[in-house]
Amino acid sequence: MPNVGMSVVNILEAQGIEVHFPPDQTCCGQPAFNSGFRNDARPVASRFLDIFEATDGPIVCPSGSCAAMVRNFYTDLFRDHPDELARAEKLARRVYEVTEFIVDVLGVEDLEVRKDIDATYHRCCHLLRELHVDEQPNALLENVDGLDLKPMERDEVCCGFGGAFSVKMSDVSTAMLDEKLDNVVATGASTLIAGDTGCIMHMQGGLRRRGSDVQVVHIAELLDSQSDLSRAEQR
Amino acid sequence: MKSTTSAFRSAASQALADVRLQQAHEVVYNGFHRARLSAAGATEDWEAQRTLGKAIKDHTIANLDYYLDMLANNVEKNGGKVYFASDAADANAYVRGIAEKNDVQTVIKSKSMVSEEMGLNHVLEADGIEVVETDLGEYIVQLAGEAPYHIIAPAIHKTKAQVADLLAEESKTERRETAEELTQQAREMLRGVFQRADMSVTGANFAVSETGSIVLVTNEGNGRMATSMPRIHVAAMGMEKLVPSAADLSAMLRILIRSATGQRISAYVTMVNGPRAHDEEDGPEEFHLVIMNNGRDRLLRDDSLREALNCIRCGACMNSCPVYRKVGGHSYGWVYPGPIGSIVSPVLTGLKDGAKLPAASSLCGACHEACPVKINIPRMLLELRAQSAEGVPDPLQRASGFGERMTWKAWQKGMMSRSRFEAGSSIGKLVAAPLKKDGWLKKMPPPISGWTDSRDFPAPASKSFGKWFAERKRD
Repeated sequence: MPNVGMSVVNILEAQGIEVHFPPDQTCCGQPAFNSGFRNDARPVASRFLDIFEATDGPIVCPSGSCAAMVRNFYTDLFRDHPDELARAEKLARRVYEVTEFIVDVLGVEDLEVRKDIDATYHRCCHLLRELHVDEQPNALLENVDGLDLKPMERDEVCCGFGGAFSVKMSDVSTAMLDEKLDNVVATGASTLIAGDTGCIMHMQGGLRRRGSDVQVVHIAELLDSQSDLSRAEQR
Repeated sequence: MKSTTSAFRSAASQALADVRLQQAHEVVYNGFHRARLSAAGATEDWEAQRTLGKAIKDHTIANLDYYLDMLANNVEKNGGKVYFASDAADANAYVRGIAEKNDVQTVIKSKSMVSEEMGLNHVLEADGIEVVETDLGEYIVQLAGEAPYHIIAPAIHKTKAQVADLLAEESKTERRETAEELTQQAREMLRGVFQRADMSVTGANFAVSETGSIVLVTNEGNGRMATSMPRIHVAAMGMEKLVPSAADLSAMLRILIRSATGQRISAYVTMVNGPRAHDEEDGPEEFHLVIMNNGRDRLLRDDSLREALNCIRCGACMNSCPVYRKVGGHSYGWVYPGPIGSIVSPVLTGLKDGAKLPAASSLCGACHEACPVKINIPRMLLELRAQSAEGVPDPLQRASGFGERMTWKAWQKGMMSRSRFEAGSSIGKLVAAPLKKDGWLKKMPPPISGWTDSRDFPAPASKSFGKWFAERKRD
């Protein structure tokens, strides 16, 4: 989903931020960690530390889940590796989810964008309950001109993604997704906004399969004045 | 109770296909979950009370030997007997011994999850003793020959019609219809049992070390009746279910009851301080407290899992859990279902067989948010996934297959270099190209076919963000 990254860059540059993208980066290690394969996750996480320690300034990530991995779960991953643990704890203090960064660090709640759509917002689990970032995306969305934000039943309930869980326990995951999508469709909104690419992929995949034309966008795409949401389907 | 944790997936599939069960599960969210939220919202300093609850349990568990010793001494001072049971068989043997010595014919039960661990009802029944549950929900599941579906609402999966059938069949009287009539019918059926019972077995929501008391929280009054009518009272508790003082008890009751049912206080809170004293008219002649380990020492010894012993069995994690609400209580295959059960059950009955339980979570964190003593359940689920994937510290508990281990090794190799990472996504693009339809895939091969059974999957983007960013800088 390159559009999400592009929108993050557009938003930050519009705020006068110089954005760098360390080109060698791959993954923070979360998929293997969540599946219990810590010995496979650790070198990947360690590589993440190497790459981002070589940079300065805040590290902004358009995913509550990836940010939570670095901030909350590296302490478990590196529990028996004191050197990396200390480095991870230091680096974690530089990591922000994108809406958190805009509101808490830049002090901006109004990005002065206009989007004439009706939409509803799903509060992604790790953003909400691991990072406790909830007011920030709400404040940013409230200030989008033209956005008709419709309340959703059980908007705090998981969509059933959960990484490998969605494949390993696909029937349970699908039952959770069905409940979520019923609540999405019941709002009548044409667009679903969420803050994590995994959840977006899951909910969009489910909506497409049931023949719904509700489109799912990342909150960064919605907040980016340059994004063209009518083409978001073709990401 | 025999564990069937290894059958989680097939049991879950059955529950998912059962429309009636799925409807029954809704009350868990709409009833209990919402009641807890509103009780918490109406309580001043709710967060501070949770923090205090956690501090009390952390302190108690960190000094468990000290407080168990104090509890045992004070129960004995009050005239009771204390038995430390190493496991379920040991606890059963002790209770059987009491029943045999006293020629017990009828045992009444007040809700006890520890007695479910022991499988006590079946053990006593095999000795020819009549055993009757007196909590209405427990009574219903006993009549149905089932295990409790939920730790505070054991028969939540049963419809009114099913309850009517069960009570009519057991009582051999006319089938009744309304909830009031059914409750009345159960009261009539249980009254005689209460009167003829010569022994009761109860659980303990808490034991208080400094007073040697055990505490029962009920809404039906059956706990109070069970602890005052029969000649002998046996209370069974897990070795973690104690608090140091009466002041601590008060703090814990506040958060337990609000988290369980949303009530500020339950209809009955019963404190038992041993057998009837010489100057008292009521109460049992004998009081026994069975304190059971049954594998809890494995939680105690493990720094990363010890927090599970802080659990006060309120059920809030189940009520908030979107997985529990889909798969239901019986899918978990042992006494404790839901998020906390996914930690306790595999550790107490075997992680290799129970590895599916910690895997059955999207790690959404609703349980952590709901827990009145702030147990970080997702963290421990991850811990158990690691223990079962890698067989550390116990190689015998490794549950991962060779193929899965190799897949993650390959993943790791791919992630250790940006060029391999991009090569991987190029291969993905190549494979996906003939299959994709407006950027999405309808069908993928194993091991990810589970996704496309019910969801489209996005084909890799034609240009990665990294490439876009690099080209843009060059412009």
